Amino acid sequence: METTGLVSFGRYTCSHLYFLLLIVLPLGQHTVEGVWPLPQIFTSSIERYPLNPQAFYFGYGRQSAAQFGCSVLDAAFIRYYSLIFPDYTGNGVLHNNLSVSAGKASLNAETVWGAVRGLETFSQLVYQDDFGSYFVNQTEIDDFPRFPFRGILLDTSRHFIPVHAILKTLDAMAYSKFNVFHWHIVDDPSFPYQSQTFPDLSRKGAFHPMTHIYTQSDVRRVISHARLRGIRVLPEFDSPGHTKSWGKGQSDLLTPCYSGSTPSGAFGPVNPALPSTYQFMATLLKEVSSVFPDSYIHLGGDEVNFSCWKSNPDVRAFMQKMGFGVDFTKLEAFYMENIVNITTFLNKTAIVWQDVFDYHELRSSPSVVEVWKDGCYLCEVRRVANVGLRVILASPWYLDQPGPTHNWARFYTPLNFSGTAEQKKLVIGGEVCMWGEYVDATNLTPRLWPRASAAAERLWSDEKQTSSVDKAFPRLQDFRCKLVRRGIRAEPLYVGHCKHEYQGV
Amino acid sequence: METTGLVSFGRYTCSHLYFLLLIVLPLGQHTVEGVWPLPQIFTSSIERYPLNPQAFYFGYGRQSAAQFGCSVLDAAFIRYYSLIFPDYTGKHSTTGKSHIGKKQSVGFDVLSPSLLFPDNLSVSAGKASLNAETVWGAVRGLETFSQLVYQDDFGSYFVNQTEIDDFPRFPFRGILLDTSRHFIPVHAILKTLDAMAYSKFNVFHWHIVDDPSFPYQSQTFPDLSRKGAFHPMTHIYTQSDVRRVISHARLRGIRVLPEFDSPGHTKSWGKGQSDLLTPCYSGSTPSGAFGPVNPALPSTYQFMATLLKEVSSVFPDSYIHLGGDEVNFSCWKSNPDVRAFMQKMGFGVDFTKLEAFYMENIVNITTFLNKTAIVWQDVFDYHELIPKDTVLHIWKGSPANYRKELSRMTKAGMRVLLAAPWYINHISYGQDWRNYYTVQPLNFSGTAEQKKLVIGGEVCMWGEYVDATNLTPRLWPRASAAAERLWSDEKQTSSVDKAFPRLQDFRCKLVRRGIRAEPLYVGHCKHEYQGV
Repeated sequence: METTGLVSFGRYTCSHLYFLLLIVLPLGQHTVEGVWPLPQIFTSSIERYPLNPQAFYFGYGRQSAAQFGCSVLDAAFIRYYSLIFPDYTGNGVLHNNLSVSAGKASLNAETVWGAVRGLETFSQLVYQDDFGSYFVNQTEIDDFPRFPFRGILLDTSRHFIPVHAILKTLDAMAYSKFNVFHWHIVDDPSFPYQSQTFPDLSRKGAFHPMTHIYTQSDVRRVISHARLRGIRVLPEFDSPGHTKSWGKGQSDLLTPCYSGSTPSGAFGPVNPALPSTYQFMATLLKEVSSVFPDSYIHLGGDEVNFSCWKSNPDVRAFMQKMGFGVDFTKLEAFYMENIVNITTFLNKTAIVWQDVFDYHELRSSPSVVEVWKDGCYLCEVRRVANVGLRVILASPWYLDQPGPTHNWARFYTPLNFSGTAEQKKLVIGGEVCMWGEYVDATNLTPRLWPRASAAAERLWSDEKQTSSVDKAFPRLQDFRCKLVRRGIRAEPLYVGHCKHEYQGV
Repeated sequence: METTGLVSFGRYTCSHLYFLLLIVLPLGQHTVEGVWPLPQIFTSSIERYPLNPQAFYFGYGRQSAAQFGCSVLDAAFIRYYSLIFPDYTGKHSTTGKSHIGKKQSVGFDVLSPSLLFPDNLSVSAGKASLNAETVWGAVRGLETFSQLVYQDDFGSYFVNQTEIDDFPRFPFRGILLDTSRHFIPVHAILKTLDAMAYSKFNVFHWHIVDDPSFPYQSQTFPDLSRKGAFHPMTHIYTQSDVRRVISHARLRGIRVLPEFDSPGHTKSWGKGQSDLLTPCYSGSTPSGAFGPVNPALPSTYQFMATLLKEVSSVFPDSYIHLGGDEVNFSCWKSNPDVRAFMQKMGFGVDFTKLEAFYMENIVNITTFLNKTAIVWQDVFDYHELIPKDTVLHIWKGSPANYRKELSRMTKAGMRVLLAAPWYINHISYGQDWRNYYTVQPLNFSGTAEQKKLVIGGEVCMWGEYVDATNLTPRLWPRASAAAERLWSDEKQTSSVDKAFPRLQDFRCKLVRRGIRAEPLYVGHCKHEYQGV
């Protein structure tokens, strides 16, 4: 993935912490538990400097290309002030107070997104002593992500997740430096996306046409909330399978299944034999492309059941006409190729689930392949990279499967890719999947955090420095308490306590 | 367990729903998904009556023994008004009360608290009545009634004509929370008590202290929490916290059963009470580590008597849980003083005798304090001669195992409490509520007399991986599956598939009431969880 998308990543340096006036009282030595995910290069001394919340402010460097008025950073300053000084929430950005602060921390980043990540890092360096005073230790950091794609998938079809819960998840994603929200927005059970072009899709396909939908304004809100936090929103409109709910609002889209020579009344995957299907998909994807600004679009393509296609005489006739014989994978390949071409035409890059790669003979369409199946997923990664396609890995991070929380270590396992340097470069990142069979707004947060943070470190940090689960444990525990302090219902890793326990109900 | 404790249980009847004026508009037929846990006898017709929230009120029947001023029911009326009419929350308390004060036109049974509505002359002449032998039964009946009311798509409230006769299958329906492995803030405990009432649980088993921390702030031994809590100020339960929990629970018909587990599981006690724990030895010198409570010192029993005396007065319930599980003998074995004591007492090298000696003393202390002891099954395993009124708490093993234990313990005439199948802190992918639902607590070999000795069951939420962040979705609605097993008739509730839609509906009711109950499977609630 190039860095030319909505979000690109720069190195940033958080260095030269001088608090000239306040060094008078280096009150003690506190070992900071550190930053999560671990920065690439991190050195800190035990010398600590007090921070005075009322004198503290963020500002742009004189030579910075970004200046006041850069909306992303202006907003980030306000957010991080409150995150760093929770007792002072509400004060917002404070302005220069000459009398108090002569010290400074500086952050150099190539892009605003890098600066946002740097603010997150800085916010994790600040801590409070038992009397509530704020401190930061002398620290130098040079940091950049290992992979450019660090995603979390939410499934809003199996359960509807209210917008406020999505926004809260985006907040927490930023704390772990995730940068892609993969919005698996529709699927078999419901179609909550309110389409401008095809309003019947949600009117008839959502769990409820008014209360269980994402309006255009909801979607814009999600995208803008994400953008301010350096998070891309990758929409998925999965087809030709996983589309039951689509059929309710769009007749003739799904394949009528036959039992014997008569329609059974049931419907299967999208009907690939009708030209109207492609017209519909082109129109829908055109809308999606303009609503979601990201340069990528996820087309699904997983788990297509052929039995309905097989039962349908029109589909069989189409197979004959196209010369596919009885090989339905060819039919599916034909369908996906058409859909991918539509997105290419719309100037978007397609991402598909590995199934498409597995049955597609040519395997050369300009797609990114997402590996999700169990088994030797690294073998699959290698196979995909071998033919020069880019890969996103999701298999090890199916977090919807609950487990005692100590299984966070499972999601922390080093990846150990084998292959040439060129092949490794094709692995653009990984993704945590939170499928929705058993998950909605009631349990999403504790099921996601802090286990997803384990994956986040795997995707951000240097693998050599982060290979030990035992070394990571206290730092992750500390990070989890930071999440709780920030109002994220992150569940505990093991017996113990946080200085500030969760205060909500 | 007799019904003479803090809470006793009566039958109650919720019958004769007449809405004379409003029958004019029986707008449609809605099949109510029903009540959870399922009442013993439940008949409802498709005839539905609208409820006008602004005219609705609760009142006492003229012949009811309970009248305005009965704090438990007065408070319950206010609570249930808001639960029944969530859109009207806040408007009620004054109107309701004044109505209760003025209007007591219709009464029922002589000795029963009854409730009735409605009142506004222009709208309704119907009423629902509830007869219960005790206020606690009336509180349960209000819960049942609240689950019968539903809203149509336009937000109007309805209730179907319904007759219910109900009583619980077991008198003890508990939930254990572990506040030692993680500190659970008081507000999260209170919220759990709210949800417990919705599933008709009636015992909050407060596993308040254990190895990791001692959050109970003792009046007599303040050092226990000062040194043994995770934090001496922020991670403790003060006396006023405890009173708040007990009073919140009581208003909901829930007893608070405190557990002070010993002689094992006491590491945190040692921090604030020196000479209480056994110093472990490596060879002939103390290793610096400590083991279980030291059973060889008289000071131990003085301390325990003083502590339990305080606990007995702070917690009004007539039961007290003494723990007694998982005692590791290796430290006792290493300690020369303990070994000398064994010799003196003639225990030989049988450390189970030492443990039995210790537990016998502790149980005697509680007997002296007029409390009935509950202990984990381990105590019976090594000491079959404990006082007959002690309740044994079965927590170990597979169904085959606990059935054998049920059989053996009841045969010895002991009352038992079953927890083994409901270790709800364990989670797995999918619908594991089914496992909690299909438990058959009385399916063991034994006489009818033996079966009567099973006083109930308990859902255990151990705290290794649980605190206020994830407690609620881990507990609900899975604990509700166990609740129905403990409340309802087993024959009527044997089918998991039949229960599923009703439980789904109940789960949505919990969500509507602000309880973060997790979903059972793909689907939706009319009102999704609105918190963050």
